[in-house]
Amino acid sequence: MLRAVRGGRAVWAPRGGSGSGSGGAKLGRPLRTAAPQRSDIFRELGPRLSRLGQALRGQLPESEGAWNSLRPHQNSPPPPERADVVVVGGGVLGWSVAYWLKTLENRRHGMRVVVVERDPTYSQASTVLSVGGIRQQFSLPENIRLSLQSATFLRTINEHLWVPNEPPIDIQFQPSGYLFLASEHGAATLEAGVKVQREEGAKVALLSPSQLKAKFPWINTENVAVASYGLENEGWFDPWSLLNAFRRKAMSLGVYSCVGEVTSFVADTADNTPGMPRGVGRVKYVNVRLPDSPEQQPVSCAIVVAAAGAWTGKLLDSATAGLQGSLTLRRLPIEPRKRYVYVWHCPGGPGLETPFLIDTSGAYFRREGIAGNYLGSMSPPEGREPDAGNLEVDHDFFQEEVWPRLAHRVPAFRSLKQVKSAWAGYYDYNAFDQNGVLGPHPQLPNVFVLGGFSGHGLQQSPAAGRVAAELLLHGSCAAVDVGRLAPGRLWGSEPLLEAAIV
Amino acid sequence: MAAALAIRGLRGGRIPPPPHPTGPRRGAASGALQRLGEWFYEVEVVLGWAERLRRRRLRRKNAHYSFIQSLHGHNVAAACFAMSCGGRVRFEGQQRWLCADSRGRWSPEVLQFHHVPVVAVDLSGSQLTYDGLDNFVLLTKLQHLDLSGCPHVDDWALGRLHVFGDSLQELSVARCPRVTERGLATLHQLPKLRCLDVGGLAVQSPGLLRILLEEMLPQCRVLGMEMEEGDPPEAPPELGQPPPPSVTAL
Repeated sequence: MLRAVRGGRAVWAPRGGSGSGSGGAKLGRPLRTAAPQRSDIFRELGPRLSRLGQALRGQLPESEGAWNSLRPHQNSPPPPERADVVVVGGGVLGWSVAYWLKTLENRRHGMRVVVVERDPTYSQASTVLSVGGIRQQFSLPENIRLSLQSATFLRTINEHLWVPNEPPIDIQFQPSGYLFLASEHGAATLEAGVKVQREEGAKVALLSPSQLKAKFPWINTENVAVASYGLENEGWFDPWSLLNAFRRKAMSLGVYSCVGEVTSFVADTADNTPGMPRGVGRVKYVNVRLPDSPEQQPVSCAIVVAAAGAWTGKLLDSATAGLQGSLTLRRLPIEPRKRYVYVWHCPGGPGLETPFLIDTSGAYFRREGIAGNYLGSMSPPEGREPDAGNLEVDHDFFQEEVWPRLAHRVPAFRSLKQVKSAWAGYYDYNAFDQNGVLGPHPQLPNVFVLGGFSGHGLQQSPAAGRVAAELLLHGSCAAVDVGRLAPGRLWGSEPLLEAAIV
Repeated sequence: MAAALAIRGLRGGRIPPPPHPTGPRRGAASGALQRLGEWFYEVEVVLGWAERLRRRRLRRKNAHYSFIQSLHGHNVAAACFAMSCGGRVRFEGQQRWLCADSRGRWSPEVLQFHHVPVVAVDLSGSQLTYDGLDNFVLLTKLQHLDLSGCPHVDDWALGRLHVFGDSLQELSVARCPRVTERGLATLHQLPKLRCLDVGGLAVQSPGLLRILLEEMLPQCRVLGMEMEEGDPPEAPPELGQPPPPSVTAL
């Protein structure tokens, strides 16, 4: 008979002695108090059964990782066959347009809006890899106004994007302001910019080197002629919370979200009226390739919003498949440019009052948290752009270019030894003039281009999405006049240059 | 709950709960409504309407007193706004605080202070928001500002206080549930600050934050942000009065 004794080891009561034969009231085998060496079926029966139960439950059709042969697309449904607006790209700009289209439509469920995103993990998207700053210190009035309206939106984000039964949205905004330093060479441009910013209603102060040193004693003011400091509505926030908030609210308003890659458009010129110029056509179908399969789903749509960020140029290049008539598109100059961000720890560095500092040389940094971590980088100089094929980080760039400039400006950084972490992300870079592109494509009138913001797309996304939705729904936008940002200028000869690109 | 309040409510003031949009207003009834709202669209829509109504009332309470400002000047307008919020105000050269009576009406004697600057505003426990601060930004001689226990004052509102950089000496944001260390970092724009009360704030690592605040504002006395365990909270004195003599245990 088996008896479970201490240590769990079954002891068979022996019949007869085990060698010593001395008799007496002694058990044949000594009691063990150590852990058993052979596994006992009954001890492990409980855990084994629960693991089996979990494995079985994981195979049920309703659970997350299960695959069901009858419903293979349960977790990522294919796009519908017909839609009114297809938004290509599920970054912050795409979801912002989708949200505003649903908010500003006249009738509830009046439009079917579909957002198509090819990578639901957002591993290469510019939005989530962004440093997350927002500023009004631009030189173009359109940029200043878009940023100001976005700041107001972010301040009242719970009035716009709160969904019932969810916790209130917190984008962790840090209102520390931007500090632009200018040498004698750039002082006039900076002061002209501040004048325009003040006219638009941004609160910016100009500081002389002595005032700068009094306010921020850790700065080395050598070679600084003037500085501009944003007093309100400037700082940095968490881009992921904003993207999630837009996405959740848009989906609660009825926007369809699909995973897939838009491979081509099907456009034709059949709807052209006789007076229209040659080379213009309308998009009838958008071909969406489903994930992990060669299957293509054509989605017929009235309007396409091309908000694919850094890949907008590549998307529109492929837009002429299935074409009738000669429609060769001119190439849209929006392309990905790789930028690095480095995080370092410096215990004696600047304190709580650190703004987002942008040096005369273009290097920038900001504080991250309160434990003495900072993050910063620099845009590579013209002609030395890193290869945008992958997101590998070049640590030598920090050693050779970024750190010397920052250590010169902030002497406390000379003592930093090691970079804690680093990552790379893409700017959706407008190679023509580094400003946003907002408007219908000149050759495809029902394709609305929204991209090319070159590093300030996230901060202008709420307002840019609203402007785009108003242009699509009402034909004109009362708040900001963005006529100058239309894509037509990209093939002209007058770039709309922005002086304060970081 | 009472123990937590006793530790955090340093001045004996009540900590207002953070204003969750569906925060319980009437306890069990609205909790049941919330659960019903998860099941029925109609209830969800009605809850959305209720929330919009609440926001509209808050906006109306924080309206800009531009008419009084154009008639009597910004000092009087600020005083009228403060009193209508349930707060108190003190003018330069006066010893007593002016406030509204129990019915919320303020006396017209405030209109005689047309050119006298306001030096102290007490808005503790009021429903002040970012927009309500429109009424105060033109004050040039404000020295004492008490915003303790205001449930809607957040980091954005603290970012607006830079306009008082030349004059503000005492500031209290104690027990404001929406203020975090991010808003406190903007207070370096107030170099004349001598007394800052930050008790009862929901921050991680209050000890480290206190050290950083003391480094950022070297001439300012920071009250209220103690280490979590071990140190008993010091009872801060009434702002404007000298601190009580400390009692050493024998």
